[in-house]
Amino acid sequence: MILGLALLSGCDREAREVRGKPLPETAVAAQTSTLFPGGGSAGPEDPRAEMYAENAYHISEGGRLYRQMNCVGCHANGGGGMGPALMDDQWRYGGRMDQIVASIDQGRPNGMPSWRGKLTPTQMWQLAAYVRTLSANVPKDAAPSRNDTMSNIYPRTLAEPEPPSASDPAGAKGPAR
Amino acid sequence: MRWRMRACVMAALAIWPAMQARAQGNGTDDGQWVMPAHDYASTRFSRLDQINRGNVGQLKIAFTFSTGLLKGHEAAPLVVGSTMYIVTPFPNYLYALDLNRPGAPLKWKYDPKPAAASQGVACCDVVNRGAAYANGRIFFNTLDDYTVAVDAETGAEVWRTKLGDINLGETMTMAPLVADGKVLVGNSGGEMGVRGWLTALDAGTGKIVWRAWSTGPDKDVLIGPDFKPYYAMDRGKDLGVKTWPPEAWKIGGGNVWGWISYDPELKLVYYGTGNPGPWNPDQRPGDNKWTAGIFARDVTTGQARWYYQFSPHDLFDHDGINEQILITMKVNGKPRKVLLRAERNGYFYVMDRVTGQVIAADPYGNVNASLGVDLKTGRLIPNPDKVTTQGKVVRGICPASPGMKDWNPAAFSPRTGLVYIPHMNLCMDYGAMEANYIAGTPYVGADVKMYAGPGGNRGVFTAWDPGARKAVWEIKEDLPLWSGALVTAGDVVFYGTMDGWFKALDATNGKLLWQFKAGSGIIGQPISYRAPDGKQHIAVLAGVGGWAGAVVAGGLDPRDPTAALGFAGATADLPGKTTGGGMLYDFVLP
Ligand code: HEC
Repeated sequence: MILGLALLSGCDREAREVRGKPLPETAVAAQTSTLFPGGGSAGPEDPRAEMYAENAYHISEGGRLYRQMNCVGCHANGGGGMGPALMDDQWRYGGRMDQIVASIDQGRPNGMPSWRGKLTPTQMWQLAAYVRTLSANVPKDAAPSRNDTMSNIYPRTLAEPEPPSASDPAGAKGPAR
Repeated sequence: MRWRMRACVMAALAIWPAMQARAQGNGTDDGQWVMPAHDYASTRFSRLDQINRGNVGQLKIAFTFSTGLLKGHEAAPLVVGSTMYIVTPFPNYLYALDLNRPGAPLKWKYDPKPAAASQGVACCDVVNRGAAYANGRIFFNTLDDYTVAVDAETGAEVWRTKLGDINLGETMTMAPLVADGKVLVGNSGGEMGVRGWLTALDAGTGKIVWRAWSTGPDKDVLIGPDFKPYYAMDRGKDLGVKTWPPEAWKIGGGNVWGWISYDPELKLVYYGTGNPGPWNPDQRPGDNKWTAGIFARDVTTGQARWYYQFSPHDLFDHDGINEQILITMKVNGKPRKVLLRAERNGYFYVMDRVTGQVIAADPYGNVNASLGVDLKTGRLIPNPDKVTTQGKVVRGICPASPGMKDWNPAAFSPRTGLVYIPHMNLCMDYGAMEANYIAGTPYVGADVKMYAGPGGNRGVFTAWDPGARKAVWEIKEDLPLWSGALVTAGDVVFYGTMDGWFKALDATNGKLLWQFKAGSGIIGQPISYRAPDGKQHIAVLAGVGGWAGAVVAGGLDPRDPTAALGFAGATADLPGKTTGGGMLYDFVLP
């Protein structure tokens, strides 16, 4: 049983899609409000999320892109700077994989650039998977145990996961921009 | 080494009392405060003396005013006639308060409506360092790169001129200086690969009169036949191109986001240039002219007269944008026109402002990033142990990136002859790495972690004697000091702390005479003015933020010490000590 689980998760971790799953490479349409007049809830997460979220290869590619595309300059190693922190449980526009992809793809009004046309959807998903490691919200065996650079941050594999707070995305941390 | 160098100019520098500030400033003090530095000489010295060492302890609130904003408030209020003007951080409101009426109620508010997206490309909180008044108009810059002129009476916009592009990462945060009928302004963006400039606009129309770039060919930098730098290292053709790898000067920084002073006799403006980009020095071998240095320029034509580079090939993000205080001082018995600069690299410079010669450069805090300044060649002497380089973490560098002192200006009293310097005591670990240029995104290439320097205190308030070339007294502060200083003819000096204490000290010995706890940390610039009732007032904006306070103003997560370009590590405790909230506090004697 335990062995089986280990094998299973090991599978996910190492999985490579030779041709990719036959999912449309379109932009995601994640909702970023938790208010549904008269009741309701956000739809299920985009099915592509799973494929990227727990996969060591995609996470590591995401980490490379996070530095190469200068996300790190605005968000630091998760603590934030010109942009908000990405390592805590507070999300202005949602901390789900598809919501993060939507933030990257569309950009956000208070200074988050839109990367549409500059990054492929695959790259955005990879980035989202890496962003989730900053709050330790990926399986420990898939997250990088050490940073590629010389940053001094606490290894994410040792950190406690911080699931997005239930009140998000509305509850923006800190003063609203 | 340093000591030998120093010995050769062991000159008798002596303050030549009284006349200095008067020579450059607007003569007598009319009780107004029309530019952030008070006068063209940038003394931040008020001649008002009703409030003095004996009675400052009785200061009481006269009125308060909330700006309604939670970002860092770095500006100095202005007072013109019976109106007080306050320019806020983004969204850069301009408020006018009526000092004729009890409680100084709001007269009007001008909203320039800057682009929301500009917030994302402002390196270190969305601050604004103030406005300037001249001829019935208030001039200031917006974060999204406009300079605006507003009618001081009505609040109506007179003109607005677009000067930069946020899609290149360019913003504007500095306070303009108005001189010779021109509004002088510069850009920010040293962390985004933005090429720096100083631009002169016609105060009447807002049309661009000249623009001097900080990098590139001589014609762009406005270097011509009048250019006579004092040191050989700053001479040569097109150094703004040749001291860079090919094309690197186009994204090389040298932004003009700090202070400008003006000498009306010489008709010269003085200002500094910011750090070269990226921070990773290996990507830009060479001296990287004309970054991290100071220019003297003819105000009418913009042509450069001299230049001096404080930090050739800067290794630490040591911008050269701090204020320069213009005074006349006796050097070897002869009065000379000098400028004083408490520089980011940790040295207090006394320079001849006619020629650009460095007369003295002495450390005013813990410096190991360099070994001193060679007064023969003018060159900063690097410390081989602290040279930052790609692929290596260099530890224990002092001062850290924000320097011994950042933008927050010092004050000079002609009565005591002392310069009052609010500054820091921070060191850092610096790991340089390859930076990738993508227009409109950060171009830094360094993981930085800052912490308190020797002694554990992160701030220091130093009274420096430029003649004796040493500190006369200093006050240790726990948190970094990010507010400006004010000194008055009552021999009282004022500054604020990041946890909200507004302090008044005896200017002669540093004794604490009075303090007031504001609702938020203070990073603004205190002023003193005479109100319509004839009384002397002291005013300051509270509202924590700025680079040092970004951890509060931006709601950052200090568990990552590299947050806020490495400042979060040094101010991780700040969110437990203060909260944001812009508020003007105005004080008067009962
Ligand atoms: C120029 C600075 C800048 C760059 C570069 C940048 N961001 Fe952002 N980012 C911001 C700002 C500012 C916001 C907040 C926008 C808002 O609130 O409207 C933000 C928001 C976000 C959010 C939403 C956070 C939330 O709380 O919901 C995510 C996710 C994000 N960025 C990821 C990235 C990734 C991944 C990259 C690299 C591809 C990147 N950012 C590059 C400035 C930047």
